[in-house]
Amino acid sequence: MSQWEVVIGIETHVQLATASKIFSGASTAFGAAPNTQASPVDLALPGVLPVLNRKAVECAIRFGLAVDATVAGKSVFARKNYFYPDLPKGYQISQFELPVVQGGHVTIAVGQGDKAYEKRINLTRAHLEEDAGKSLHEDFHGRTGIDLNRAGTPLLEIVTEPDMRSADEAVAYAKALHALVRWIGICDGNMQEGSFRCDANVSVHKPGTPFGTRREIKNLNSFRFLKEAIEYEVRWQIETLEDGGKIQQATVLFDPATGETRAMRSKEDAHDYRYFPDPDLLPLVISPEWIDRTRADLPELPQAKKQRFMAEYGLSSYDATTLTASLETADYFEATVAVAGKASAKPCANWVMVDLAARLNKEGLEIGQSPVSAAQLGGLVARIADNTISNAIAKKVFEALWAGEGVSADAIIEQQGLKQITDTGAIEKLVDEVLAANPANVAEFKAGKEKAFNALVGQVMKATKGKANPQQVNDLLRQKLAG
Amino acid sequence: MSLTLPEVKRIAHLARIEISEAEAEASRDQLNGIFSLIEAMQAVDAAGVEPMAHAQDVCQRLREDRVTHLDPQGSLRDQFQAVAPETEAGLYLVPKVIE
Repeated sequence: MSQWEVVIGIETHVQLATASKIFSGASTAFGAAPNTQASPVDLALPGVLPVLNRKAVECAIRFGLAVDATVAGKSVFARKNYFYPDLPKGYQISQFELPVVQGGHVTIAVGQGDKAYEKRINLTRAHLEEDAGKSLHEDFHGRTGIDLNRAGTPLLEIVTEPDMRSADEAVAYAKALHALVRWIGICDGNMQEGSFRCDANVSVHKPGTPFGTRREIKNLNSFRFLKEAIEYEVRWQIETLEDGGKIQQATVLFDPATGETRAMRSKEDAHDYRYFPDPDLLPLVISPEWIDRTRADLPELPQAKKQRFMAEYGLSSYDATTLTASLETADYFEATVAVAGKASAKPCANWVMVDLAARLNKEGLEIGQSPVSAAQLGGLVARIADNTISNAIAKKVFEALWAGEGVSADAIIEQQGLKQITDTGAIEKLVDEVLAANPANVAEFKAGKEKAFNALVGQVMKATKGKANPQQVNDLLRQKLAG
Repeated sequence: MSLTLPEVKRIAHLARIEISEAEAEASRDQLNGIFSLIEAMQAVDAAGVEPMAHAQDVCQRLREDRVTHLDPQGSLRDQFQAVAPETEAGLYLVPKVIE
């Protein structure tokens, strides 16, 4: 099947982090009682007029700047006409010919280790639009229930060029975009609540020939579903073509239960939207001053931060990518280094990416909720660096910090007497005792069994309650056994 | 340019407007009348004129991002739903629409 090339473009609906809707003063909060956040504008009552939310525009500008796109000085809202009960006006206010964000690109990191590579995914556009309401098909004795709380929620629809060539690249793009919109604070990124939804346009063709006919997989709200849906769709299209069939352009849904995609019925009218400029809304004008103010307000972006982490802290590309996966993680890392010192940047990176990440993962916590603060972790790393404690003891201290047993690593080391024994005389005495008490191990070691040596190290460490410097113990034992 | 009867019926279907044969024919004639007006306008030389998105050359005013519609008890909702044909548990009920 290697002669087929996969072509993927992605459209993402990003829910913007505003308090009120894009054209009305109703709240966008998730989970309210049905239709209590549906104002006359959202209900399309006669005589109402939409008024555009400044914050939604500001979010679009932030995004445009973050992806190095053109933020249009003038853009236009259009009506996208279609009939569905969760769309009371009979049209969605969107943007068509003149979107607010034009062009731009996102850099993705795909794969790991030797197979890792970076790729630039070009964006076609991003436009502002309103979300529709929600249809509930269960429990209403053969009727459909309509909740319009979500109607009018501001969305930024971000459209890529058909630049991705595998499901892995599509997932890497979705993850990079998800991280970016959270990073610049325009979306909460909550995929369960539908704040970040992807549609994937998938086709296959032989390289050197025109692109194949595409099918659009709608509404994928997890990275895993995105991957599974694309992989299934690609297999299905290749099998269909190799069996002599043709691909019909279609909109398909992914069923997570079966892992299959299937064409939606009754969508034959779907692409006859009869767009026209919305006479209720005037052109949106964004001044160069507004763009400059917004640019000045943007945080350092992920790619720039990654490069700086590599240059400033000597981290690998992999470490720097992991640490810039979210702004919270990057800030936590830098706050840790600020306390531990730049010379300890690599151990700080390891603690944040490995020990802390594992512990947070186990408890289902985000880094912002970590019981161990960056300053506490930095203090801990500093004590490893200056040989006050070993790595093994550090893990104990970390657990104690996690459990709130002390305000700092220093306090816990002091209270629990965990300071490393570096006094050679004291360790030597213990080594002698252990050697005298374990003649069998000594004999085995002398007979060439390296395992017996480890047992002796273990005995000494046990006698010091883990507080001896393991390297020092090793050296002393070897000396004594050789002698 | 003029519309055919099937085109008029398709537009009516897209908007879910039920029209009789006589209404379809009448609508076709009316719409074609509008098209003749448009044709007259299209005859004007508009080269070099920037297309307008709105009849007035002004720009959109923006509102601050504040919640002004508050209905925690659903009393406004109940008023809105008083004219709805069918509601249940705060939802508007419509004929089943499902894929």
